[in-house]
Amino acid sequence: MTKNGSVEKVLSEEMQTIESRLSQEYEYGFVTDIDQETIPPGLDEETVKTISLKKNEPDWLLKWRLKAYRQWLKMEEPDWSMVKYNEIDYQAISYYAAPKSQEDGPKSLDEVDPELLETYKKLGIPLEEQKMLTGVAVDAVFDSVSVATTFKKELEKAGVIFCPFSEAVHEHPNLVKKYLGSVVPYTDNFFATLNSAVFSDGSFVYVPKGVRCPMELSTYFRINAANTGQFERTLIIADEGSYVSYLEGCTAPMRDENQLHAAVVELIAHKDATIKYATVQNWYPGDPKTGKGGIYNFVTKRGICREDNSKISWTQVETGSAITWKYPSVILKGDKTVGEFYSVALTNNFQQADTGTKMTHIGKNTKSTIITKGISAGKGQNTYRGAVKIMKGADNARNYSQCDSLLIGDKCGAHTFPYIDVRNPSAQMEHEASTSAIGEDQIYYCNQRGISTENAVSMIVNGFCKEVFRELPMEFAVEAQKLLEVSLEGSVG
Amino acid sequence: MLEIKNLHVAVEDKPILKGIDLVVNTGELHAIMGPNGSGKSTLAHVIAGQKIYEVLDGEILYNGNNLLEMDVEERALEGVFMSYQYPAVIPGVNLAYFMKAAVNAIRKHRGEPEMDAVDFLSFIKEKLAQVKMDESYLKRAVNDGFSGGEKKRNEILQMLVLDPTLAVLDETDSGLDIDAIRIVADGVNKFRREDRAVVVITHYQRILQYMDPDKIHVLMDGRIIRSGGKNLAHELEEKGYGWLEETVVA
Repeated sequence: MTKNGSVEKVLSEEMQTIESRLSQEYEYGFVTDIDQETIPPGLDEETVKTISLKKNEPDWLLKWRLKAYRQWLKMEEPDWSMVKYNEIDYQAISYYAAPKSQEDGPKSLDEVDPELLETYKKLGIPLEEQKMLTGVAVDAVFDSVSVATTFKKELEKAGVIFCPFSEAVHEHPNLVKKYLGSVVPYTDNFFATLNSAVFSDGSFVYVPKGVRCPMELSTYFRINAANTGQFERTLIIADEGSYVSYLEGCTAPMRDENQLHAAVVELIAHKDATIKYATVQNWYPGDPKTGKGGIYNFVTKRGICREDNSKISWTQVETGSAITWKYPSVILKGDKTVGEFYSVALTNNFQQADTGTKMTHIGKNTKSTIITKGISAGKGQNTYRGAVKIMKGADNARNYSQCDSLLIGDKCGAHTFPYIDVRNPSAQMEHEASTSAIGEDQIYYCNQRGISTENAVSMIVNGFCKEVFRELPMEFAVEAQKLLEVSLEGSVG
Repeated sequence: MLEIKNLHVAVEDKPILKGIDLVVNTGELHAIMGPNGSGKSTLAHVIAGQKIYEVLDGEILYNGNNLLEMDVEERALEGVFMSYQYPAVIPGVNLAYFMKAAVNAIRKHRGEPEMDAVDFLSFIKEKLAQVKMDESYLKRAVNDGFSGGEKKRNEILQMLVLDPTLAVLDETDSGLDIDAIRIVADGVNKFRREDRAVVVITHYQRILQYMDPDKIHVLMDGRIIRSGGKNLAHELEEKGYGWLEETVVA
């Protein structure tokens, strides 16, 4: 009986067959026609002040932004990654765009522009609370502002704060002041510093002591306006003994020009707290034939396990963007803290990804796990770049890294750069890496059993990514599978 | 059911099959025997539709339709099954998932409703028992880490599950011990039906002892040089392929 049970479990878990055949084109490429308020392109101190003023920010935050801006002027764009792109003209970007009717911010969903609600409906994001049977609280960020946060009341009951970042600045200034920049300082790197100067909105989460957040929290980011950068800032704090699981999704319209997305995410886990952060990124990847357009996704994500027994887990499924440049990292400061990174990165056609993680072990008996799956198809270039650092005092630190690459076709590339820096002899490090290709013999075999080439590829790719999908909540795992399937269409001819 | 006429096939300009004629009727089991390099496996792959083979001349009719105009998947959906000598390994994809995808692709093609996980599970459990495989195989990746015998039994399992009309078994007995050969032969016998046909390709006559072939053909250097009844197999076993070679020359 137990044996049968386990077989059935495996079947139900893995037989999530994807029923709907999705169209070959980027599905989220529509533009929403709403009245936008956009500030003119260009970046100087005035721009920073304008953004701050529009958000009616306190003086300390404006000062912080300006410090970042001045720092940024002294910095140079990094060029150490494997990605290649045309020079970005930072003066040609507009740093703030907002739907006009949202100028004062919506008080409830009734006040949200129906066009916007329609947009989110198209994206499959149910914002209307009555439809929220899935039990996921959503914060939706449209261009530069957060337009709606659902399930607020229920979360308030549990003491969880989940609101737009700009609201948190006013409603919870002490928390924001205490934690903003505490993990990713404004001096951190070129793109994070730029973000610190011009960030517009994002999500803020605080889970109080001993509280297990009663539902998944989710944010959807969408860039709509043309020639606009999106610079969101997310800050999540899990106080002692708390638990929170957070998901973000991203889409953008199809545009001929490249758009910059430079976000910063900071996670803080206190004693015995757990933060799970999952991303399903599907920004517009650019034209599949010419490589024109698409999002430059230059993101800094970092978490700190500040005190003992805390845990931070990153899961990412990166299928979109012309260029992805991100390394969600964990600083394992407390003793017995745990850091995890699970990643699927897919590059098809002209997409490039340079992604990985950094695990910094400071506390004793700390443990980190890195599982990455890179899939390259078309002319896609996929790079894993990871660093594991064991500091002097980190007795008995353990790391397990597994980096697998899957190649589809012969014009793509996979690259792996694992950096290991061990300064404590008691450390245990394990690293495994593999590269495989989807072979003609596998496709032939599947075809001979009546399985189409497309289904065979998606089946093999899903099998390849299984260990990572397992970390995602069910409905997102299904979405991730669908995304991979769409992103891979036409990759095997 | 299967009609092969004057089939000439080359690989990279090297002729392998040099004029094959073969007719297999419904209900029949034919064995094709021959030494290594005679073109046996090529024949199997050409029937399945493997693209690397170039058909220079001749035709293959399957239920009256031109098989050579169909791609691999179409042939499979229409009921052509091939048991591979070296089946592909598909890491990360468990057998249950793989088989369910295949079964439902075929059911869909036939206009039958797709099976859900529960129905499929009880269906495949019954078939597993027929080839003496236990349920733990369902959770294992397709052919990953399978022994030679396990791979062959898995091929027979798939034949029983997918319900094809024509089954071509390429060296299904190679590398098997006597128990495994019995299991495989037993699976083939269970498969046989009035409306189905089987082509068994083999080097040795061993497996034929457990089957009841209607006809035996000897393939040598790309040609069928002798066809006969069951006795031909015994004769070959005793005298070796060399004996026929001499008769051909003579």
